[in-house]
Amino acid sequence: MRALRTTVFAGHYGSGKTTLALSYAAWLRCAGHRVTVCDLDIVNPYFRAADAREFLKQKDIGLISSDYANTNLEAPSVSPEAQAAFDDAGLYAVIDLGGDDRGALALGRYAKYLNLAAGQDAEYEMLLVANRCRPLTRDAGSLLEIKDGIERASRTKFTGLVNNTNLGAKTTPEDIIDSLGFALELEIVLGLPLKMTAVNAALISPELTDFWENHAEVFPVRPHRTFAFPI
Amino acid sequence: MKGNEAIAEGAIMAGCRHFFGYPITPQTEISAYMAKRLPKLGGTFLQAESEIAAINMVIGASAAGRRAMTSSSSPGIALKSEGLSYLSGCDLPAVVVNIQRGGPGLGGIQPSQSDYFLATRSAGHGDFHILSLAPNSVQEMLDFTYDAFNLSDKYRVVAMILGDGILGQMMEPVDISPKPAAGLPEKSWALTGTGGKRRKNIVNSLHLLPEELEQRNIERYQRYKAVEVEARHEEYLCGDADIVVVAYGAPSRIAKNAIGAARGKGIRAGLLRPITLWPFPAKALRDAARHAKAFVTVEMSMGQMIQDVELAIRCARPVLLCSRAGGMVPSPEEVLAKIEEAADVCASV
Repeated sequence: MRALRTTVFAGHYGSGKTTLALSYAAWLRCAGHRVTVCDLDIVNPYFRAADAREFLKQKDIGLISSDYANTNLEAPSVSPEAQAAFDDAGLYAVIDLGGDDRGALALGRYAKYLNLAAGQDAEYEMLLVANRCRPLTRDAGSLLEIKDGIERASRTKFTGLVNNTNLGAKTTPEDIIDSLGFALELEIVLGLPLKMTAVNAALISPELTDFWENHAEVFPVRPHRTFAFPI
Repeated sequence: MKGNEAIAEGAIMAGCRHFFGYPITPQTEISAYMAKRLPKLGGTFLQAESEIAAINMVIGASAAGRRAMTSSSSPGIALKSEGLSYLSGCDLPAVVVNIQRGGPGLGGIQPSQSDYFLATRSAGHGDFHILSLAPNSVQEMLDFTYDAFNLSDKYRVVAMILGDGILGQMMEPVDISPKPAAGLPEKSWALTGTGGKRRKNIVNSLHLLPEELEQRNIERYQRYKAVEVEARHEEYLCGDADIVVVAYGAPSRIAKNAIGAARGKGIRAGLLRPITLWPFPAKALRDAARHAKAFVTVEMSMGQMIQDVELAIRCARPVLLCSRAGGMVPSPEEVLAKIEEAADVCASV
């Protein structure tokens, strides 16, 4: 998988954008790049990249996040430092966008930098994260609506898809295998290439990787925390 | 799915086709989900101009015999209290969801259980109760919302789902296989138009004569007696427990961790989880008091349910409080420390 300087994760709320962005940033860092996670989530004041502050620090990955993240202030604000994600030519930026079209609004302010970069072939990647197990994104039609809404709100075009089908801790390898038809249908209906199938690293096996070989790279996701919350 | 989405899906399964809401963290996904789903089902989703407007729209839909719901979080529920009182005064069914956050005042957006008194004691002015269900998993958010509509219609009381920011925001797999078709009970009192064939119905909470108002209150409280059979609770390792931990909602799951750790240290601890907060499972607590030497309540408040526990057991055993407030969540270690403290109290008696 080739890494681009700017990667935006966008999609339906609860589709796994933040977890994926953190794992992706760690992967870029392992490849030796200077990396920053830029939290542009203006929708969800719970569960956001700032929760992983310690994890990012350990991995020597930067974090640009609202000053109000994880406080009681629900201001839908973006840090002024976010501009650095677009201006700093030596930096690999992983942008975590809020859910749906509302969340994508925050990217609109920076759309010109992405589009400019694309024009000068310093490409960007904007990936639509799709989880078939989420109740409102179980079919390609729903995701097409979300894709169009996000593109309108952010004034930016998607460049690819991530199949992030999972049921949290209850995910089985069969769930991932079963999502192939869904992922291939998305490629056609949305007109976007499938860049990766994201799978919890603990579930990845040679069989699973072989199964996806001709369709998409299997990207290992390592949730940076789990809750000790017994059933 | 998310806890908030599960609530919305449970309502849809129960035949709710009318939702009136106003956004507030941490429950906004309920509105967002209903806004997407209800129009496709021929229902009505309306974002009201305020919480008060939303509850009044629920009064209208319920008076017309329809299943209706509104949802909010703590400060927004306080605003709805006038409507909760009017619904109760009119004996109208409705489901109201409270995904609690820290208070008082504007408070914070983080999870809390500080509206226990609001739900069980003071949902609004006047003599009335609302039936409160306290889920502790995303599955229960769906199941209890479905149940809430049936209970609310059966007893003509308002039913409240009392969740918190953790349960609203967290994601767990949920079984969404269809439930038995929710047949709407006959509502002979509903304002559906007489068609010139019957006398008109009147839905009203104003009674000009005090004798009449007293009689309505007495009748309502007789109905509340019948609701007591709906008291629900769950027990975990409770049968032989010396220390009975009482916790509802998210802290009940944290308490299970601590109980496992306590058993590992040789302390016989167990959990009694109230599922309905009104009616409160008082009999189950009295039964537990026969073998328990002490109780511990775990609450994300300064201590509210502890009063109902003390009342249920007539203060016959010491009741200790493990409390975090303001949006903070008790850790299993904190609960374990409180269980150990309770064991010490017992040993010294």
